[in-house]
Amino acid sequence: MGARILIPPSPKAGDVIDIRILIQHPMETGFRHELSGSAVPKNVIRQLKLDFNGQLLLDAELGTGTAANPFLQFQTQLFESGWFTLSWVDDLGVEGTERVQCNTRAS
Amino acid sequence: MKTLRPSKRELLQSALALLAVVASPFRARAQNTEGQSEEFQKLLLSLTQGVKLKEGKIQISMPRLADNGHSVPLKLSIDSPMSQEDHVKTLVILSPRNPRPLVAKMNFSPRNTKLNMATRVRLNGSQSLWVLAQMSDLTWYAKSAEVEVTESACLDAS
Repeated sequence: MGARILIPPSPKAGDVIDIRILIQHPMETGFRHELSGSAVPKNVIRQLKLDFNGQLLLDAELGTGTAANPFLQFQTQLFESGWFTLSWVDDLGVEGTERVQCNTRAS
Repeated sequence: MKTLRPSKRELLQSALALLAVVASPFRARAQNTEGQSEEFQKLLLSLTQGVKLKEGKIQISMPRLADNGHSVPLKLSIDSPMSQEDHVKTLVILSPRNPRPLVAKMNFSPRNTKLNMATRVRLNGSQSLWVLAQMSDLTWYAKSAEVEVTESACLDAS
C-alpha cells in the first residue's frame, strides 16, 4: 500500500510546518457486502505513528469512522534536518512504513 | 410615507429575532451527552473515567451539510500553548450515530507546538460530531458540531 508524507520543501529552522499524511487503504468497516453477498471483513489501519529522528510526533489509533485513504494533517516545529518515519499496521496485521527526508535551511 | 406602525415584514423579523434569543440557551447546551447512543455513552465513560467535560478551547470547522458521508472534511484547532506544563495529551473524535463511535484517538506531545489538525471522517447519517481533548492536567474538554449528511456512509451500496 502506498503512503505519502507531504512536507514543505525546505523549511527554515524553527518554522512551524504542516505535515500531511495520506495512506492508500480501503478502511473496510465490516458492514459492507460483496455482490455475492459475503460480508467484507473489517480492516482498518488501527495504529499509526509518525516520528522525526526517533522522536514520536503523533501516535494515532484509527477506527472505522476514519474515511477510506486516511488523511491527517497536523503541525510541528522543526529545528533540524532529519527523517520523518511513518509506520502503520492494519487489522490484518499488514504493516507499512514510509520515510521522507526534510532539510532545513538556516534563516 | 413612513408610518410608525411596524409593517408585517418588520413584525416577522422581530419575532424571528426573539425566537433566536429564546432558543440560544438550548443550543449552547451542546456539551450535554444525554440523548446520545448507548455505545457512545459507554465509550465516553471508558475514555474520560467519568471526569466532567468542560467547555471551550476546541474549535471545529466542518461543513454544516455534507453530501456524502463517506468522506467529510474536518478541521480542528485547540487553544493550548503546547508547552511542557500545559499541552494536549489526547484528542478523540467521536461520532455518536456510527455503529462504532470511535473515529480516531490521537496522542500528541509538546513537540507538536500548535494544535491545528485536519482529517476526513466517515459519518453514518446526520449527527453531532464530538471532539474531546485531554489536557496535560488530565482535564477533559469537549465540543460538538452538528452535521447534516445526505448520503449515509453505512448504507450498503452493493
